[in-house]
Amino acid sequence: MSSNNGPTAQPHKTWPERYRDMANTARDPRIQAFYKAGCPAPATPMSEVPLVALDFETTGLDPDEHAIVSIGLVPFTLDGIQLGKSWHQIVRPQLPLHQTSVTIHGITHSDIDGAPDLSEVLDTLFEHLNGRIPVVHYRNIERPFLNVALQHRLQEQLRFPVLDTMAIEAYLHPDRNPNRWQRLLGKKPVSIRLADSRLRYGLPHYAGHNALIDAIATAELLQAQVLHHFSPETAIGDLWV
Amino acid sequence: MQAELLDIRNHIAQYPPFDEMAEELLDQVVEGIEVAYFRAGTQILELGQQNAWLHYLRSGAVEISRRSGELYNRLGEGEFFGHFGLLRNQRVRFPAKAIEDSLIYKIPYETFQYLWEQDENFADFVEVEDRSRLRSAISRQEKANDLMTSKVTRLIARQPVTAPSTVRLQEAAKIMTDNGVSALLLMDETGDFPKLEGIITDRDLRTRAVTQALPSETPISDIMTEDLITIRSNAYIFEAMLTMLHNNVHHLPVMDGHEVRGVIALSDIVKYESQSSLFLVSNIYQQVDVKGLKKISRGVPDTFVRMVNEDANSHMIGSAMAGIGRSFSQRLLELGEEKLGPPPVPYCFMGLGSMARDEQLVVTDQDNAMILDDSFIPEEHDEYFLALAKFVSDGLAECGYSYCTGEIMATNPKWRQPLRVWKEYFTDWIEYPKAESLLNSNIFFDLDGIHGETGFAEELKDLIAEKASGSQRFLTLLARNALNRTPPLGFFRAFVLEENGKHQKSFNLKRRGTAPVSDLIRVHALACGSRAQNSFERLRAISKTKLLIDDDAGNLRDALEFISIVRIRHQALAIEEGREPDNNVRPEDLSPFERSHLKDAFQIVSNAQKFLRFRYNAGGGRNVQ
Repeated sequence: MSSNNGPTAQPHKTWPERYRDMANTARDPRIQAFYKAGCPAPATPMSEVPLVALDFETTGLDPDEHAIVSIGLVPFTLDGIQLGKSWHQIVRPQLPLHQTSVTIHGITHSDIDGAPDLSEVLDTLFEHLNGRIPVVHYRNIERPFLNVALQHRLQEQLRFPVLDTMAIEAYLHPDRNPNRWQRLLGKKPVSIRLADSRLRYGLPHYAGHNALIDAIATAELLQAQVLHHFSPETAIGDLWV
Repeated sequence: MQAELLDIRNHIAQYPPFDEMAEELLDQVVEGIEVAYFRAGTQILELGQQNAWLHYLRSGAVEISRRSGELYNRLGEGEFFGHFGLLRNQRVRFPAKAIEDSLIYKIPYETFQYLWEQDENFADFVEVEDRSRLRSAISRQEKANDLMTSKVTRLIARQPVTAPSTVRLQEAAKIMTDNGVSALLLMDETGDFPKLEGIITDRDLRTRAVTQALPSETPISDIMTEDLITIRSNAYIFEAMLTMLHNNVHHLPVMDGHEVRGVIALSDIVKYESQSSLFLVSNIYQQVDVKGLKKISRGVPDTFVRMVNEDANSHMIGSAMAGIGRSFSQRLLELGEEKLGPPPVPYCFMGLGSMARDEQLVVTDQDNAMILDDSFIPEEHDEYFLALAKFVSDGLAECGYSYCTGEIMATNPKWRQPLRVWKEYFTDWIEYPKAESLLNSNIFFDLDGIHGETGFAEELKDLIAEKASGSQRFLTLLARNALNRTPPLGFFRAFVLEENGKHQKSFNLKRRGTAPVSDLIRVHALACGSRAQNSFERLRAISKTKLLIDDDAGNLRDALEFISIVRIRHQALAIEEGREPDNNVRPEDLSPFERSHLKDAFQIVSNAQKFLRFRYNAGGGRNVQ
């Protein structure tokens, strides 16, 4: 699962430097524009970083086997999540839609029949991503799926850092899985799933499940995590992965 | 607005004034929202700070204070703040602080202004509050108190919409659309009488049928909810609300025995009144340990004082306080069951005395007992129930309900017995009464099942209602006991004062006031076979018989109300002045008006006692039957 986790090519360079390099080598104008929009320096305080919470619904967990069904995103900062600028798009997967995932997302074949291919909405997607650091819950979905899709359509990939709210929860609860002895004593494992993590911060339960609500839920969770365990002054470079 | 944001719009649309807002306007509200999270203890708005947002509380709790720093209001889910300043110069007039972790939807000034221009109801709502804050705060509270004193039947606007459980999906959806209802009751019509079998709601249709693309011919019984949570028709609205919160359901069928009276929805209640004053009660169910409950219990005296200051009557206050006490017990029992595992045999936890009568105040000890299923085997099961009883009793003590000095608690093995034994107890008390034992068992004749198999408690009430009215000797002895405590009135209507340690010259408004009244009302109620527990409800049942003439019942009701409210005010004053509340009132603490009325009230009680003595031959055995 880790081969797609992030760049391994230039470990000694910072992200802003890598963005500058990649802006020169990228072929697709949209990918060029993404890198040109730049990346904040690792020392930038969290409070000053433009963020975008991103969530994909997919037909499965393996980017090589499954496809993206819908995209939800919402731009935000630590101060506020701007619902009016949110975006939700159903896309037509190139692989068959499995019955199991239909019941999870509530997206049906008829929804998808009329939906565009990802390539048709790339312009809008990039407009939302440019100049912002993506925030996801569980980094092994959005970045790898996006890269497989881009590779397939543009023969190029996108390298970028993400903030992963699930990784932050994992870091906060290193002993979340009790050993056999602790289990005997009644200790329960700590769940770091999105809905369970939110409960720990008094965040409300959302009844609906779609990519946009999950993106909003992720954005709220990050705000809560930073205010509870870090601070608005924390450097973005300490948190991104 | 994107359809995927419906969750957010639906939340806002539940609460006034947004509940009456046009959909297009609501869409605009959602479009403009910025979501922000605040940790407990964070100052959200500082006095005088520039603020261009209306703040809507999505979850959590916020305290609003006055310029002086004094607490002005406490807000919960669905309420908003920041508008006082928006109407003027966009400077904060009432500082706001998060007292729980809170999620706020911030609505920009431009949207606020647009709503204010476009939606008259919205403008009234925010302006009225600005013009006479105090008045609207009080009327809001009064309505909230309504929640605690109005019955659920008040919310039933129509006959229940039902269909046989054999209908198909599409038919069911059509019936719901045609009738404009969000829930459909499904009846088993195979027997002589239709029997409620299940329910299907709008939400079920969306989540279970549409998203799974079920064929329209699917039998509704495949997707309806069985194992229904219902509520009895004489329940208070706030009980319905707690039941919903507690079981996470949004519709409750209202039942009269086996007959359906109607359906109430959470939105009905929310429309009826905002959730704010039920803050404390709903919070009880969110606590996961005794520590959390203890913390909340510190707010109980404040709730009490607030109700008193808003002129709630004694029935409202008594039932609200009893409701709070019941909720603490229920939550503790749930936590106890979580800790100890499920009970080995069914049981019922009973509240006794003032809690059962809905006449609880702030200074109160715990009186409770357990009825166990008849399959109870002491050697195998009692360890569990003792542990559970102890957990609850200790928890209640932590929350300010002190241990009962008379040991009337489920921790006492005598009051932790199978139903069969309880029936023997009551049969013995009623059929072979002794003055001495009745004195101690008086309290058991005010009983209420509050958790578990509450049907056990109902069986006991049935037994009492059936046997008590027929046992003359029981009533005579009960009446004699009820005469032991007399009102503190001496010659020429002077108060009889007692020397009472630090309290010097005073009279006890419980022992010599409310207790004698509820005692004598209990005797009449048992004599007429009433199953009611609350003194006012008992009086209503009594006035339907010929036991008392109408005027007497009415006078007694007024007397009880007046004595109770003086006692309540006395306690509220003590809490406000930071003293320990008690029942000892000095005549000089009363206004001339109160003194005079209190004497009238005591006179009525005294006369009622004379009548009781005569009616039940309770004159100390001089009358031969």
